[in-house]
Amino acid sequence: MDKKDSLTLLILTVCLVIFPFIVTNTYYISTMVFVGINGIIAIGLSLLMGYAGQISIGHAAFFGLGAYTSAVLTAKLGFHPWGAFFLGILLSSCIALIIGIPSLKLKGHYLAMATLGFGEITYIVFNELTDITGGPSGIGDIPKISLAGYTMNTDIKYYFFVWAFLLLILTFSLNLIHSRIGRALRSIHDSEVAANAMGINTGKLKIQVFMISAVFGSVAGSLYTHYVTFVSPSSFGLFFSILLVMMVVIGGMHSVWGALIGAALLTILPEFLRALKDFEIFVYGSVLLLIMIFLPRGLIGGLEYLFNRLIKKV
Amino acid sequence: MPLYSQIIQYVLSGITIGSVYAIIALGFNIIYNSTSIINFAQGEFVMLGGLTMIFFTVMLKFPLVIGFPLTVLVLTLIGIIMERFAISPIKKPTVVTLIIVTIAVSILFKGIAMLVWGKDTHFLPPFSGEKGIAFMGASLNPQYIWVVGITVVVVVLLSVFFKYTIIGKAMTACAVNRTAASLMGINVKRMVLLSFALSAAIGGIAGIIITPITLMSYDNGAILGLKGFGAAVLGGLGNFYGAIFAGLLLGVMESLGAGLVHSGYKDAIALLVLLLVLFIKPSGIFGVTEASGFKKF
Repeated sequence: MDKKDSLTLLILTVCLVIFPFIVTNTYYISTMVFVGINGIIAIGLSLLMGYAGQISIGHAAFFGLGAYTSAVLTAKLGFHPWGAFFLGILLSSCIALIIGIPSLKLKGHYLAMATLGFGEITYIVFNELTDITGGPSGIGDIPKISLAGYTMNTDIKYYFFVWAFLLLILTFSLNLIHSRIGRALRSIHDSEVAANAMGINTGKLKIQVFMISAVFGSVAGSLYTHYVTFVSPSSFGLFFSILLVMMVVIGGMHSVWGALIGAALLTILPEFLRALKDFEIFVYGSVLLLIMIFLPRGLIGGLEYLFNRLIKKV
Repeated sequence: MPLYSQIIQYVLSGITIGSVYAIIALGFNIIYNSTSIINFAQGEFVMLGGLTMIFFTVMLKFPLVIGFPLTVLVLTLIGIIMERFAISPIKKPTVVTLIIVTIAVSILFKGIAMLVWGKDTHFLPPFSGEKGIAFMGASLNPQYIWVVGITVVVVVLLSVFFKYTIIGKAMTACAVNRTAASLMGINVKRMVLLSFALSAAIGGIAGIIITPITLMSYDNGAILGLKGFGAAVLGGLGNFYGAIFAGLLLGVMESLGAGLVHSGYKDAIALLVLLLVLFIKPSGIFGVTEASGFKKF
C-alpha cells in the first residue's frame, strides 16, 4: 500500500463511520449494505481482470456457492453460521482450483466462454437440485449471524459488519498489489510470455488469484445470505455475472478503487431508476453506453483526468 | 412412440434449433473477423428480428413475402445505427471496453423492445400451417423444413458472398490481417460498418424463422445469443464452417439431453460438452491455436 492508498483508505473509513449518523433512512443504509457486498466481489474480480488480465463471466457462481453453503448448512442442517461461512470459502476455493486449472489455460474469448459456461451450469444446478437448494423457490428462514455476542439483526449493525469486511479485504488487496505477487500479476497482464521468461510461474499465479477472487465471492455470498435471510437462484444468474464485470470495467479496470466505485454506481443507479418504471432498462443501458463512450478508462480514469487538470489550473 | 422414433424426433428438433444457433454463430463470426469484437448484442438482433416480423405480419397484416425482406431491411439499419452510434465513437478501443459497449447496447435494445412490444410473449404463425408431416415414425413440423431450408440458403449465399464478390473478399482480407488489408486500399472502417449490417441482417433472419417455434418476447435475446456464442467458440472463433457444425452439434445435444436425460439440465449438458471440448482443445474444434492466443484481453 502506498501513501495515496493509505490516505484514501483513511478518508473512506471516516466517511463510512460518519455516514449512518447523517443519513438515518434505513433504505439508504440497506442500499449501502448491498454496495458493500457487491464491492467485495468486484474487488476480487478486479484483481483477476485488471491485474492478472483474465476475464471471468461466471463470478456469480462463487457468490452463489457461498450464499447456498451458508443457507443450506445453517437453515437446514443447523450449522453455526461461522462454520458454514468458512466451509463456503473452502468449497469455493476448491471449485475455483478444479475449474481454474483447465480454464486458465484458455485465452481471451475462449476463457470468457468457459467461465460463462461454468456460471450457467452452477445456476442450473441451483435450480434443479431441488432436494438440497429448494429449486427455484429457494431457501428461507436463514438465521442471522453474530459476532462477539452481537447479533447482526439491524441494518445499521449489518452496515458496519459488511463494511468492516470490505475494508479488511480492500487493505489485503492493496497490499497484495504492491507486493512481489502484485508486480508479477501486472506483468502477466502486459505480456504473459515476457512474464514467463522472467521466471514467473504464471500458471500457478493465475490460479491463485482466481482462487482469491472466488473466496471474496464466497464471503460476499455468505454475508448476503445472512442479511436478506432468503436465497433463490435468480440472484446468481448470468445477468449478475455480467453486472460484476461491468462494475469492474466501468469503475476502471486497473484499480481496485475503480471496482469499488463501479460497484457503488451500479448498485445505487438502479435504485434511482426504479422510479422511471418501464423506461428503467432503457435509461440504464444508455447511461452505461455513454460512460463507455466518453470515459473508456472507467470512472476512476475520468476522475484522475479531471483531478490532474484541476491541479494544473491551480 | 418407440425409442428410435423418439430419438429421431429429438434429432429433428435438435437440427432445427441447431440451425438457428449456427446462423447466430455466423453473425458472431462476421463481426469478430472484421473487428475482433464479440458482439454481445447478437442475440438481441434475433429478438428484434422476431418481434419486427410480428409487427409487420401480425399487427400490420403484411404477407410473408413482404414482411420478411422488410424485417431484414430494418435489422440491417439497426446494425448500421449500432456501429455508427456505439462502436465507431469509441476513441481508443480495447477488447474489454468493446465487450462492455456491446453489452450496454444489448440492454438498450432490450429496453427499447420492452417499450415498443411490452412484456408479453408474442406469437408468429408458422409459414405454412402446423400440420405435422410423418417422417420415419416421427412427426415433422413444417416450420422445421423452413428453418433448415432458409439456413442452407443463408449459408450458401454467405459463402458465395465471401468467396466470389469483391466486397466479400475485402472483408475476408480484413479478417486475415487488417493492416495489410488497409495497405491494399481496402476501406477497413467501411468493412466494419458492413459487418455489423450483415450480422444484424442474418441475426434478424434467425429471429424470423425461430419465432413460430419458440415464440418471442423482449427478454429472449440473451439466451439465444449465449447459445450462438457457444457454437461460435466451439467451432473455433471466426471459423465459418466450424460455426455451422458446432451450432448443429449443440442443438442436437441439447435436444437429446432434454428428451432422454432431464429437461431441466438440457442447457447444462450442452455447456458441459462445450467446456470439455475447450479443455481438451482450447481453440475450439476447428480453431487454430495461434488465433486463440492472438486476440487477448
